[in-house]
Amino acid sequence: MKILVCISHVPDTTSKINFTAENAEFDSNGVQFVINPYDEFSLARAMWFKEKQGASVTVITVGDASTEPSLRKSLAIGADDAIRIDAQATDGITVAKQLAEVIKSNAYDLILTGRESIDYNGATVPGALATLLDYNFINACVGLEIEGTSVTASKEIDGGTETLGTELPAVIAGQKGLVEEKDLRIPNMRGIMMARKKPLQVLPGIEATSSTKDVSFEKPAEKSACKIVTSVDELIDVLHNEAKVI
Amino acid sequence: MSVLVFAESSEGKFKKIAFEAVSYGKKIAQQLSTQLIALTINAENASELSTYGANKIIKVNNETLSTFNAKVVSSIIAQAATQENAEVVIIDSSSNGLYVAPAVATILDAGYVSNVIEAPSNTSPFTVKRKTFSNKAFSHTEISSAVKVIGLAKNSFGVVASDEAATEEDFSPEIANSGVNSTAINKNAGKVSIADADIVVSGGRGLKGPENWNLIEDLAEVLGGATACSKPVSDLGWRPHNEHVGQTGKPVASNLYIAIGISGAIQHLAGVNASKVKVVINIDPEAPFFKAAEYGIVGDAFEVVPQLIEKLKEFNSKN
Ligand SMILES: Cc1cc2nc3c(=O)[nH]c(=O)nc-3n(C[C@H](O)[C@H](O)[C@H](O)COP(=O)(O)OP(=O)(O)OC[C@H]3O[C@@H](n4cnc5c(N)ncnc54)[C@H](O)[C@@H]3O)c2cc1C
Ligand SMILES: Cc1cc2nc3c(=O)[nH]c(=O)nc-3n(C[C@H](O)[C@H](O)[C@H](O)COP(=O)(O)OP(=O)(O)OC[C@H]3O[C@@H](n4cnc5c(N)ncnc54)[C@H](O)[C@@H]3O)c2cc1C
Repeated sequence: MKILVCISHVPDTTSKINFTAENAEFDSNGVQFVINPYDEFSLARAMWFKEKQGASVTVITVGDASTEPSLRKSLAIGADDAIRIDAQATDGITVAKQLAEVIKSNAYDLILTGRESIDYNGATVPGALATLLDYNFINACVGLEIEGTSVTASKEIDGGTETLGTELPAVIAGQKGLVEEKDLRIPNMRGIMMARKKPLQVLPGIEATSSTKDVSFEKPAEKSACKIVTSVDELIDVLHNEAKVI
Repeated sequence: MSVLVFAESSEGKFKKIAFEAVSYGKKIAQQLSTQLIALTINAENASELSTYGANKIIKVNNETLSTFNAKVVSSIIAQAATQENAEVVIIDSSSNGLYVAPAVATILDAGYVSNVIEAPSNTSPFTVKRKTFSNKAFSHTEISSAVKVIGLAKNSFGVVASDEAATEEDFSPEIANSGVNSTAINKNAGKVSIADADIVVSGGRGLKGPENWNLIEDLAEVLGGATACSKPVSDLGWRPHNEHVGQTGKPVASNLYIAIGISGAIQHLAGVNASKVKVVINIDPEAPFFKAAEYGIVGDAFEVVPQLIEKLKEFNSKN
């Protein structure tokens, strides 16, 4: 089985988010970038297939050279090779178009992504990619088994889960549950050394213009101070009469 | 030209988010001086949508669509958009909405913006405000394609009544190959889901262990709310993963979010900040959650919560 894991290179969850150029651009100054947390679950599941069922694992990202540390880290975790599509990622559908172009000429059986990236939160790439490729698609996946070409997956739905069956090739958007938190991989020294020698291919992107553009950003308004109440009677009173939520 | 809303229903009934999506669609239709069309699939009471401003309701009734299939539904929405010459297509942010929207946009060669929270600030260029960076910021996003797909964030625009006399039509789209088949649905019977809840009661590590979760469950029950938890609580196996809320768990955008024994880490807050009113109950007055909450009680959850449950029972019996 040939697995491709799509990696989004995002600000660490603890990052303070700031903007420059009169709020027109994200300020990456002093921001630590990491593999998108959702993608870590997908990568860990890919490693499980590689080790338990035999599979090759390629990781891919769309972005400039500054995204390469996330690919190297994925290689250190155990991916076999990496691809960087050298194009500015400008919106989810455009990223999907860039990815689709590479996938069309490479016959991957299983495309794993995260449910959403924690920066732009588009939740767009996996569904758009599956549609462009006409592959089967399962979103919000919290459990995945593969036998031959047959896929059994568990999907989170509002208020529960749904069991779904489909066939490869497929795009699966994962999240926690795909593997447990404790089964996420942290690269060890040997992995990091080996990653340096693994292939990281840089491919040119295609011409693709985005239909959406973030023209400016805004931070949430400063919150007014928390009202401290001293009894549950007072709490019920303010929730009922002031906030009107009960 | 028109504005099309996919008004989602579950077992024939509309959810509140369907009314919110229609209300939002009405606003855009007014801004564009055009008709609002609502698409329903196997809904029992489609005419209800006229109360929120639909001018025309196109109804698909087809037994093969009784279980939701993303590929089939996205194809139906795209066909409806094409038939109705829709300039804007609106889809809610339920798990089904999120599943279909990018596919609809791709089929229609449209730009797609999700997490939208307000009516367009401008219709030319078409500009919407959306949540980004896990609720740490907002983006003003321009959509330049002829057709625009908007994913409306839950509990953002609100439900707005706007009476119209709507016409109704049957719609018989082609049914696409499903590709993915549902074999079982496991819902937590009798429990309100975090996605649907107006009130969410959430517990953190401060509750000490799973044996104390009756506090959270009982409080949720008197409030008619859903239960949730912080990430370590689910990682420790005290509660199932589907209750984990936050930046890397489920997003919460309820009217009321009550955090009990939760410190208020940045990743937790990012996922729950979109809730309108947040209440924190924490023994430590320095807990960061107090900076993010509207109301707080400094106190021991094991004392405060049982009192709160009792007093709410009294409150419920009087109101
Ligand atoms: C200078 C600059 C400007 C940008 N401007 C914008 C902008 O205006 N609007 C905007 O939406 N985004 C912008 N981006 C962000 C970038 O385009 C995002 O990667 C892209 O929009 C996808 O984000 P998403 O939230 O839709 O991803 P989602 O669809 O939420 O991501 C889901 C999954 O898709 C995969 N994925 C996502 N992105 C990539 C990627 N780049 N490569 C490989 N796999 C990926 C991952 O598996 C991820 O978990 C900008 C980035 C840069 C560097
Ligand atoms: C990549 C990444 C992603 C993450 N994503 C998430 C996420 O999505 N969601 C999430 O929740 N976390 C997330 N976290 C974890 C986050 O950083 C915090 O560790 C976590 O939110 C803390 O959980 P907690 O508040 O339950 O526990 P603690 O931080 O241990 O807080 C317990 C609180 O309980 C209070 N307390 C103790 N006893 C009592 C009592 N008797 N009565 C009342 N209060 C009491 C304490 O004062 C304290 O404030 C993430 C972390 C990382 C690194």
